[in-house]
Amino acid sequence: MAVAAEARGAPDGVAERPQVQVVPLRGLPIVALVLIGVIVAIARDERWGLVFCHVVGGGLWTGIDLFVGFVVGPIVGRMSIPARVEFSTKFMPKMVLIIPTIVTMTLAAGFQLARQDGFLDTSHPNHAWVVASMCVVGVMAVIALAYLEPASIAVLFELRKPQPDGEVIATLMRRFMYTAGITGAMQVATLVIMTRLVS
Amino acid sequence: MAAAPTAPVRPFERKMPPVTEIGAASMIAIAAGVIYMASYLPKKAPLGIAIALLAVAASLQVVNWVLLSRIRPFARDRFLQVARWTLLAYAVIAGMIEFAFVYDHTRGVQLVLLTLMLALFMLNVPVLVAFTVARFQAVD
Repeated sequence: MAVAAEARGAPDGVAERPQVQVVPLRGLPIVALVLIGVIVAIARDERWGLVFCHVVGGGLWTGIDLFVGFVVGPIVGRMSIPARVEFSTKFMPKMVLIIPTIVTMTLAAGFQLARQDGFLDTSHPNHAWVVASMCVVGVMAVIALAYLEPASIAVLFELRKPQPDGEVIATLMRRFMYTAGITGAMQVATLVIMTRLVS
Repeated sequence: MAAAPTAPVRPFERKMPPVTEIGAASMIAIAAGVIYMASYLPKKAPLGIAIALLAVAASLQVVNWVLLSRIRPFARDRFLQVARWTLLAYAVIAGMIEFAFVYDHTRGVQLVLLTLMLALFMLNVPVLVAFTVARFQAVD
């Protein structure tokens, strides 16, 4: 796979840069394992499996979004371009695998739990909260899929070039950090809704 | 007198059509449609709004494909490379969501509409990712 292939080494005379993998192939078996686990939990309609997938996935998703948006983001924003490049080289490929996996895990299991608990029934008192959580997820999905994820992948492709454009990387990283901050803020709404649903 | 050499335009500085914005608008229509229908499951949602949202999402994506086909020059090979692999990843995700709908006994027009929305979602994300990557590639 050309996309996942490691970048060529730096040409003679050019400072050695860390090799960039857009998709870390070693992580794919773990992703496959997680997704199979989610499918099994749905197929067996097993309460514990669904709760496990939803709580673990949701906890990680919320935690990572908040941490990246409000802790890592501002720190990276103040780093020099070379430092950002080095950070991105190591950080972005992992995010490319982790975030879509935990989002799928959380949403697929969460939808099944809402169905099991009858929250999808329009007459259920908690129905409005479930619809509100879907709306929050919808907004986060639009931001993440239209802006955040494309920016993170574009940064990795830029980093694979023999001479990456620092301005392109800075622009894309700024876009990544702003959108991560917005989704982080929206995760606070998710926390309010989810705690309201189970109380 | 020879003309002064013009500085090459960097990919970063090229003016591009609003593919990302249109794709995001299409994604909003898809998300609204899926939420609208899913919030009624396992009962049937009124279909008029869902069909309208589906039509809006599909139209926006057609506009995007037309805009993309007109960009010259454009790193088309890189675009297709990224789009192919992203499509594979999102086919898996859309497949899982479809599995959940079928497993929950969603049938008939409801299932057809949700499947079409998922198909649009699956096709939209690769365009957004691949365009963002390709627009920053150097082209001849």
